[in-house]
Amino acid sequence: MARAYFMAAMNQALRAAMEEDETVIVMGEDVDRGVFGVTRGLIDTFGANRIRKTPISEAAFVGGAVGAAAAGLKPFAHVMFSSFFYVAMDQVANQAARLRYMSGGQVELPIVYFAGTGPSGSAAAQHSENPHSILMHTAGLKVVMPSTPYDAKGLMMAAIRDPNPVVYLADLRLSRRRESIPEDPYEIPLGVADVKRQGEDVTVVALASLVHVAVDVAGKLESDGVSVEVVDPRSLVPLDWDTIVASVRKTGRLVVADPARRLCGLAAEVIAGVSERAWDSLHSRPCRVTWPDIPVPFSPVLEGRLDVGADDLEQAIRTTMGSPVVAGSA
Amino acid sequence: MSPDTLLRLYRRMVRIRIFEEKVQELHRLGKLPGFVHVYVGEEAVAVGACSVLRDTDHITSTHRGHGHCIAKGADVAPMMAELFGRADGYCRGKGGSMHIIDTSLGILGANGIVGGGIPMATGSGIADEVLGRDGVTVCFFGDGAANQGVLLEALNLAAIWKLPVVYLCESNQYMEFTPTTDLTAGRIFRRGEPFGVASMEVDGNDVLEVRRVVGEAVDRARRGEGPTLIEAITYRLSGHSEGESAFVSAYRTEEEVDSWKARDPITRFRDLLQTGAGISAARLDSIDAEEQEAVNEAVVFAESSPFPSPDEALDHVFAPAGG
Ligand SMILES: Cc1ncc(C[n+]2csc(CCOP(=O)(O)OP(=O)(O)O)c2C)c(N)n1
Ligand SMILES: [Mg+2]
Repeated sequence: MARAYFMAAMNQALRAAMEEDETVIVMGEDVDRGVFGVTRGLIDTFGANRIRKTPISEAAFVGGAVGAAAAGLKPFAHVMFSSFFYVAMDQVANQAARLRYMSGGQVELPIVYFAGTGPSGSAAAQHSENPHSILMHTAGLKVVMPSTPYDAKGLMMAAIRDPNPVVYLADLRLSRRRESIPEDPYEIPLGVADVKRQGEDVTVVALASLVHVAVDVAGKLESDGVSVEVVDPRSLVPLDWDTIVASVRKTGRLVVADPARRLCGLAAEVIAGVSERAWDSLHSRPCRVTWPDIPVPFSPVLEGRLDVGADDLEQAIRTTMGSPVVAGSA
Repeated sequence: MSPDTLLRLYRRMVRIRIFEEKVQELHRLGKLPGFVHVYVGEEAVAVGACSVLRDTDHITSTHRGHGHCIAKGADVAPMMAELFGRADGYCRGKGGSMHIIDTSLGILGANGIVGGGIPMATGSGIADEVLGRDGVTVCFFGDGAANQGVLLEALNLAAIWKLPVVYLCESNQYMEFTPTTDLTAGRIFRRGEPFGVASMEVDGNDVLEVRRVVGEAVDRARRGEGPTLIEAITYRLSGHSEGESAFVSAYRTEEEVDSWKARDPITRFRDLLQTGAGISAARLDSIDAEEQEAVNEAVVFAESSPFPSPDEALDHVFAPAGG
């Protein structure tokens, strides 16, 4: 075990995957330096044939990954900021997510599309997206969004080994997170949620950096006699309904905390899915805590208005619990 | 060229330089949130190009957009307020450094997406053509952006429709931390030639040359003779973004930077004004001082401007229908 930062944990998995499988290659802008640290140092070990620095041509290398995968490689495409998926959306949605299906199952596309994601502090509307719900909706893409270095490493290993295109989103707010993780490679299967905190009264399904907010709020509410269970889905496609539904069946209450817009989002999907599967066990109306349906603004004050904070989550939990919201409680 | 024109060019370049150096200082002090990319060393491109434009002409800009905006006439006070995320900023704090827009000056926006402005400039040319205006659009984009496929799509459109657009590539030698030539096949300006688009390069550190070459392209565009692709050879004297040294090791040599410092467009033009046009150092110094004063006032204006109210975050997603 050794302490590793969030991005360094992914770097370890990528390095291990490149060592075990010489068809794994990296493509992206400035990947020799590694803008977020995920590809850092790999060029020294694997050389420029496998660590391919691309020009600023997202359509070409995001789409290039599809052809490379169809022809025998396992590309790891470094899209940099997740907002840049939109620059190459045809290649993602019409090509990567479609080729296997349209070919009647002839091809496998073992691709990882990696991007740093989410607001990272006044990066404004074109560098702060969390596009997971859009990508979930595509059909044909797996989507992963971890919350801890431990999960990040294990899920990265699984994502690279998976025979399908996997969008791997690394919440930039977690960059400073650090914890002890095994040095040897290990895999966390896609589609398995993790209960980050056990509780009895209410289930909070929280994503990425909001997992930590949820765990903190849960700690605080414990002294008020509210026992909160925090479920971290970790991967969104496939989504681990079994774990989520089992938790709601136990607690009878559901809050979903999603750092993204509300309309057609993950939170809506989780609430709909739980309502269909466990309607009878719900004691109260489920609640979602999300961004408003706006682009991400620049000014810290405005970005703060968009963000999901501990207060928002606490209020939602109290509402779901049926206890009156304490005015001014923070 | 009249001394007034020469001094106007000088003043604009100095304004950009002083603005950017102030921005760097404020960033070091931790006063500016978010990403900041400065234009130090490239002033002659924006100033030379915008000096031949009318207020009603349009430009599109990039993530390194402060210089373009100032050159097109933007006021440094609301610009600075925008960088501070304040209510009196050009975009009321919604955009920040990478997204300054002033449509009243024809500034269709800085842009956080590399290459994002290229189709937009093309569309602005379509509007001029359809509406029968003799307007021109200058599309600023980086040498890195030249590798986005939309450039070819836009050049083709502009060529077949003879759009009044000047595509002005700022070849500042780098895209982030990578020398552009490492990953760019052929010369960028030659990419217009197969489309029959007038294509040329220009010394981007020579404001008069930029003015002349862009001026000819703008005249052609106004006469309905179609687009031009110009590659301005220049250099960014500062980092890609402020604060980068905290996370990237050096990627260019001091000798290289020094060799370009020796070609600093402002120093060069200042020397020319003194030796060639007989303008006194004292006159130029007084312009420097006035611009310094204006930028200092812009900082005061910005810092005394309030933050927008949080709920303003919810405004401006849609325009009201049925107005
Ligand atoms: C579509 C897209 N890809 C990548 C980036 C990240 N990025 C920001 S600036 C930049 C380099 C741009 O180089 P160039 O166009 O030459 O402009 P310069 O910074 O040199 O002015 C990159 C890769 C981005 N903002 N948008
Ligand atoms: Mg450049």
